Amino acid sequence: MVDHYSKKELIFKKILFLSGFFIIALLFTIFLTLIVSSFPSIKAFGLGFLSGKVWDPVFSQYGCFPFLLGTLITAGLALFLSFFFSLSISILIGEYLKKGTLPFLLKGLIDLLAGIPSVIYGFWGLFFLVPIVQKIEVFLGITPYGVSILTASLVLSIMIIPYSASIGREVIGLVPSEIKEAGYSLGATRYEVIRKVILPYAKGGLSAGFLLSLGRALGETMAVTMVIGNSALLPKNIFSPGNTMASVIANEITEATGKLYLSSLIEIGLVLFFLTTIVNIMGNYIVGRVKC
Amino acid sequence: MLIRIIKNRLFFGAIVLFSIFSIIPLFLILFFIFKNGISSLDFLFSSQILNAIVGTFILIILAGIFSIPLGILAGIYLSESKGRLVYFVRLCVEVLQGIPSIVIGIIAYLLIVVPMRGFSAISGGFALGIIMLPVIIKSTEETLKLIPYSLKEASLALGVPYYKTILKVVLPAGLSGILTGILLSIARVSGETAPLLLTAFGSCFMNLDISKPINSLPLLIFNYATSPYQNWISQAWAASLILILFVLILNIIARLIVKRWRIQF
Repeated sequence: MVDHYSKKELIFKKILFLSGFFIIALLFTIFLTLIVSSFPSIKAFGLGFLSGKVWDPVFSQYGCFPFLLGTLITAGLALFLSFFFSLSISILIGEYLKKGTLPFLLKGLIDLLAGIPSVIYGFWGLFFLVPIVQKIEVFLGITPYGVSILTASLVLSIMIIPYSASIGREVIGLVPSEIKEAGYSLGATRYEVIRKVILPYAKGGLSAGFLLSLGRALGETMAVTMVIGNSALLPKNIFSPGNTMASVIANEITEATGKLYLSSLIEIGLVLFFLTTIVNIMGNYIVGRVKC
Repeated sequence: MLIRIIKNRLFFGAIVLFSIFSIIPLFLILFFIFKNGISSLDFLFSSQILNAIVGTFILIILAGIFSIPLGILAGIYLSESKGRLVYFVRLCVEVLQGIPSIVIGIIAYLLIVVPMRGFSAISGGFALGIIMLPVIIKSTEETLKLIPYSLKEASLALGVPYYKTILKVVLPAGLSGILTGILLSIARVSGETAPLLLTAFGSCFMNLDISKPINSLPLLIFNYATSPYQNWISQAWAASLILILFVLILNIIARLIVKRWRIQF
């Protein structure tokens, strides 16, 4: 009887261990597959791949700098645009409204915003934001493409608000009430307490929230693909059409003829993988440290 | 002093204003989708949309078959074990969660589409399953960690073996949280488009063969929304309406489960 149980016990523990091990194996498989498949491109272009400004499948010339730049600009601009909005929500839910139905409702709405599929963001952006950007461009006297890096950033900035806001409100809620009360007892107004006590205390956690939403913005594909204009040229300003690393992969990989073309696209995927992984690990590390 | 009070008021006003502004896009999007979706109601159950709905369900089932059991097991592993390896597995889950879906698509393309010499529903399900995995693992781990130790001790004290304690006591107690995680992960992948571009690819025909390309709602929306034909765009609106309702309802159900079914200790 006892032996019977202990045998089952062992099997159970082994299965659990294997499932954990499988996760590690999966990640390594992903990593290795990317590296092996992008090897032809790594061999052909070396580090010049990152700085190459020309992407021309016709002449087999591949450099991903325009896409790297496009990704960094769209993600950075989106982060900048969403900054005050997500910070405001974090402060409102984390500090002003702690209990009751209003913060519950607000939280629910923000979660819904995170739940909307990205292809629908793209669809909406295409038919709602693009005409607006076109009008701005006409007003400014620029060629009114409508699809541009700015449009992509606008869509992205809406999409990432829930991510930084949900971490932000948690972090602000974690600020110990003793130090807040100390501030009030010195005669500080609520604004002063938030500005001089809460925000400095929560600074680390807040920045982690923004890092994680940056990671999300870097990898976002569909919404960006639909409104960025998909141009392989180096973007001149934020009103010109561009491409991000994710959107160029989505657009071209199923049509990629030739080994070098495919492997260059996969190398872009590898770069994207590295970029988002670093940003995410940094963000998660800070969040983990703040929460403990 | 007066200036400080005014500043205080102004600050609060600004916070409220900015918060309201960040909610507005949600209503704009919902309004836009509903308005256009309802005006193209005629297309709501066109054959194209119908086969996309079927395709979406097939893909979700394929994804769930391997990711739900594996995710729950890995979640139990993370919450029950200690040591360096556990820490490393947790890191891997976090990295996995951060990988852009298009990169997952590339992996499924290289590992399944290329060897099989063709786009298929299986490869799409595989890609979606990998995206579901970290969500399920994390929610399982977090739920199980919240279950009081006394419950486990009580079961062990009665002489119930460890594996039965986990399967028959701990797991049922955390069922609501695990179910919520599964529903949220389904909600997330049912709108996922990018990996499907390289795997399931889309198809114009009703197709139940999982080794063939298959259509799904987000793929249909993407393909039709970027087309120049008004008829197709209308179908994309109708499909968006269905997709957004599906995702929102899943989200709401998931949240209700958390509230209603949570076992109080």
